[in-house]
Amino acid sequence: MFKIIVCIKQVPMVSELPWDSKTGTLKRELAQGMMDPASRRALEAALRIKEDRAGEDQETHITVISMGPEMAREILYEAKALGADNGVLLSDRKMAGADTFLTSFILAEYIKKESPDFDLLLCGSQTSDSETAQVGPQLAGELLIPAMGYVQSIELDDGMVRVQRHVDDFMELLEMDLPGLLTIDQGAYSPRYVALEGIERAFHTDDIRTVNAGDLGLDRDFNALKDSPTRIIDVYSPATRKENQVLKGAVKKVVGQLFDEYGKIISGAMGKDLKTHDHEGAK
Amino acid sequence: MTGTKDIWVLGDYRNYFHSRVTLQILARAAGLSAKTGGRVCALVFGDHVDEYVNEYIAHGAETVYVIDDPALKDYSVENYSFLMTRLVKEFKPETLLVGATRFGQEIAPRVAKYLKTGLTADCIDLDIDAKGRLVQIAPSFGGNLIAKIITPEKRPQMATIRPGTFQELKHDNDAEGEVIRLPLPSDLPAKKIRCIRSEYKPSRNRKLEEADIVIIGGRGMGSKRKFKKLFELAELVNGEVGATRPVVYADWISHDALVGQAGKHVKPRVLFSFGVSGAIQHTAAVTDADFIVAINKNPNATMMKMADVAIMADANQVCSGIIRAVKEKIRD
Repeated sequence: MFKIIVCIKQVPMVSELPWDSKTGTLKRELAQGMMDPASRRALEAALRIKEDRAGEDQETHITVISMGPEMAREILYEAKALGADNGVLLSDRKMAGADTFLTSFILAEYIKKESPDFDLLLCGSQTSDSETAQVGPQLAGELLIPAMGYVQSIELDDGMVRVQRHVDDFMELLEMDLPGLLTIDQGAYSPRYVALEGIERAFHTDDIRTVNAGDLGLDRDFNALKDSPTRIIDVYSPATRKENQVLKGAVKKVVGQLFDEYGKIISGAMGKDLKTHDHEGAK
Repeated sequence: MTGTKDIWVLGDYRNYFHSRVTLQILARAAGLSAKTGGRVCALVFGDHVDEYVNEYIAHGAETVYVIDDPALKDYSVENYSFLMTRLVKEFKPETLLVGATRFGQEIAPRVAKYLKTGLTADCIDLDIDAKGRLVQIAPSFGGNLIAKIITPEKRPQMATIRPGTFQELKHDNDAEGEVIRLPLPSDLPAKKIRCIRSEYKPSRNRKLEEADIVIIGGRGMGSKRKFKKLFELAELVNGEVGATRPVVYADWISHDALVGQAGKHVKPRVLFSFGVSGAIQHTAAVTDADFIVAINKNPNATMMKMADVAIMADANQVCSGIIRAVKEKIRD
């Protein structure tokens, strides 16, 4: 039996999120959750390994773990509907506000306690909401296992994986002893999706276990926000750069205005002359 | 731990010719150390690395710690993270900075974990507060906001720095620095990762980074089919097409076209931005454009605010309008 653990995260659909223009903050309470797109690719990699091995009559077991609020249960059901065997939600008020150091610590505590015999750990390369790319490598550091990031293809061999990746302009072929951790590149393992009925079926038939700080044996006064080594002291919206011209109205009109006023800049960058509205060539 | 006031910078030299991030961080470290005291130091691990040692001194490093050994020939997260951790514990710098290359993004979290200290990812600025602490300024919350982060107690304070954030100092051949050569520790652990092949292979699509006209489409283009119009426009204006992350994830275009933190940085003379809202991971990669035309129905989109010309309309329709206008205006 080959045991894979996939760490996934629920993220807000931030680009859909309304702004509070007065405070400059996102109305996060209105956020719809979705499975982080990078996590989805990590799950896809696990599912393909499972399928390939099934073709050779070899068993694979996929456990999917997420840390987050109760709402994050949704993506665990979705992962099960996609083919994961087991889903676990690490959820506790005391875990809220964890930075990457403590997030990786909590995930590692669960893995050490409940699934220490895993072969392969998979994560997305970076989540779409914070993009730190830190939790994967830190989780490997916490578990003292080797790790490679931004992996594009995985081939299992006896007690090791052979992977290919393209990092910092180097195409690399590497092998890594197992157990180990891989993060999956954002351009690899195009994910499959599951029909809503599948998720609903999972919702009705499957059980997602919830694990809290006490279950993990964390200290009574554990508090992720307080215990994180980093602290956010200020948050603000990025300054916008310049005074600009706003064009509005009918498409034909605004496009006309654009070329009338800025045609020279555009044609200069194109390296071609454009006729101006009065039929004189732009210089 | 009580330590020095020194600021350390990891010498990430493998990308030397296209990412000068180590030199950029050294320049900023010099500015920070002027406020805090302490030396600016570089760390160099590898085999026959004297040219980098000299280069870092010429670019502002006062001290360079070097471990030069044939065993360090491969650029290795395992080896380098072990050595960095060892040296930090021995010499106790106040701050440890690493370029946010992919190598840097793999090694820094690992070292921070071994040292049980905090780490801020992908900083776009660094400062020193009234108490002499490093203020790590980085995108947050999906890139819509910027956060100032400190590491109140743990040391060293660690951050990775986005390439291109700081301006390197001029190369100074006369600069003098101290070089501290250290032996390879005898207890370097056996590697669990082995490199079978590593080939220098620059990304195929450099055109996007070098184009004078870049056309970026966001989800506001509407659909994969409509997105294809951007290629028609690109063809007409000798431009290249780039995209935002949601578009790449939706498979409207290949990942190679991603413009942003995890993708390419562009610096065209004219940037057309169609239906892009403007998360900072994206906008930071387009700020070097000379002239920006943004098209979006939402006038409050960040991209609209940073444009020179903001067209408040449907991105897809304006794209068609511009295609028609250019066709009419091109002289044969």
